[in-house]
Amino acid sequence: MPTVNMNVNGEAVSGEVEARTLLVQFLREQLRLTGTHVGCDTSQCGACVVHVNGVSAKSCTMLAVQCEGADVTTIEGLADGDTLHPMQEAFRDNHGLQCGFCTPGMIMSALDLANRNSAPSEQQVRDWLEGNICRCTGYHNIVKSIMAGARAMAAGQGG
Amino acid sequence: MHDFTYHAAGSVADAAAKAAAGEDAVLMAGGMTLLPTLKQRLAQPSDVVDLGGVAELRGIRVEGGAVTVGAMTVHDAVENSSEVAAAIPALAALAGHIGDPQVRNRGTIGGSIANNDPAADYPAALVGLGATVCTDRREIAADDFFTGMFETALEEGEIVTSVRFPAPQAAAYMKFPNPASRYAIVGVFVARTAGGVRVAVTGAAGCVYRETAMEAALEGNFSAAALDGMTASADDLNEDIHASAEYRAHLVGVMARRAVAACG
Repeated sequence: MPTVNMNVNGEAVSGEVEARTLLVQFLREQLRLTGTHVGCDTSQCGACVVHVNGVSAKSCTMLAVQCEGADVTTIEGLADGDTLHPMQEAFRDNHGLQCGFCTPGMIMSALDLANRNSAPSEQQVRDWLEGNICRCTGYHNIVKSIMAGARAMAAGQGG
Repeated sequence: MHDFTYHAAGSVADAAAKAAAGEDAVLMAGGMTLLPTLKQRLAQPSDVVDLGGVAELRGIRVEGGAVTVGAMTVHDAVENSSEVAAAIPALAALAGHIGDPQVRNRGTIGGSIANNDPAADYPAALVGLGATVCTDRREIAADDFFTGMFETALEEGEIVTSVRFPAPQAAAYMKFPNPASRYAIVGVFVARTAGGVRVAVTGAAGCVYRETAMEAALEGNFSAAALDGMTASADDLNEDIHASAEYRAHLVGVMARRAVAACG
């Protein structure tokens, strides 16, 4: 079986995987990082979004072996000890989640937007969320959360 | 997904050799279509040769009035390239409306055109602009490249290396997207080029094609009004739960008029 090496949340990890092992399976089942969720397993819902080399990717639509040598960040890699990342804090402050299943993917996707655009408009946020599905909130508070989170990140509040 | 042997290619030549050595090997670009296909067990290759690490296939170059996009350049890079935006803004805009941000972060132009999904966006840009597909063996005019549903002129093991787009005088792409997938129910790319007006249609039929009657009408009078009352023929157009053939035929006219208007 192939061995894969990558950095996950700043830590060097390696593991034996089948070639067909998906990145999300490697993260959840081998590394036990279960914050990254599998909603649809068909590239549509975005619950599995992580960052690979600094940009968002759906970890159900990547092979673990494609991440050889890559820097991977999951939802577990955001908080600084007990201090939430500003984007996480914004989701809490703005009631940006209900059941919470989609939230890790929403936040990882939102961070990719905020890294490119520190003051996204409501329309830009809504367009950006094309690949993230939420079945509880109606999106309104997620959009508010992301706009607030991006502003907080730009203001350098702990981010 | 059935298991397979994975190979990371280091160069185009390495990829070609590894693909040729496999019993039933496939090349993987961004994997945005291939991986879902494998997950559904619609294909069972013996070997997957990953082009992701082939640096020579990435990048955008503008020279002599043409934009050359490396085959492994992701949609996000085309969307956000200031050089593309300056030379062919319609191409940057098209790339920015493919799928979702995560697809645009990984999906590539080479993968898109080699797959030739009938509802993909890039084939419309290639045919609409009269682009040239460069491979590790030859150059192929876009008009000759897309040969049928999921079919191209690529030979066994032939690898797309780049696409060269001549900059048009004006161009625009208008898409009526499926609201869930963002694939084109109908997409029309209109360009006024040195060689004449080109109108390329994706999503409507089994393969991208040119609306020659609309091209002729626009040749004499490049205005949306020149297309008044014109629709595509519904014969041989796609029909599915999203749209009937007649509706798609109607949309071809609507999207073509909007694209001409957007050319300014």
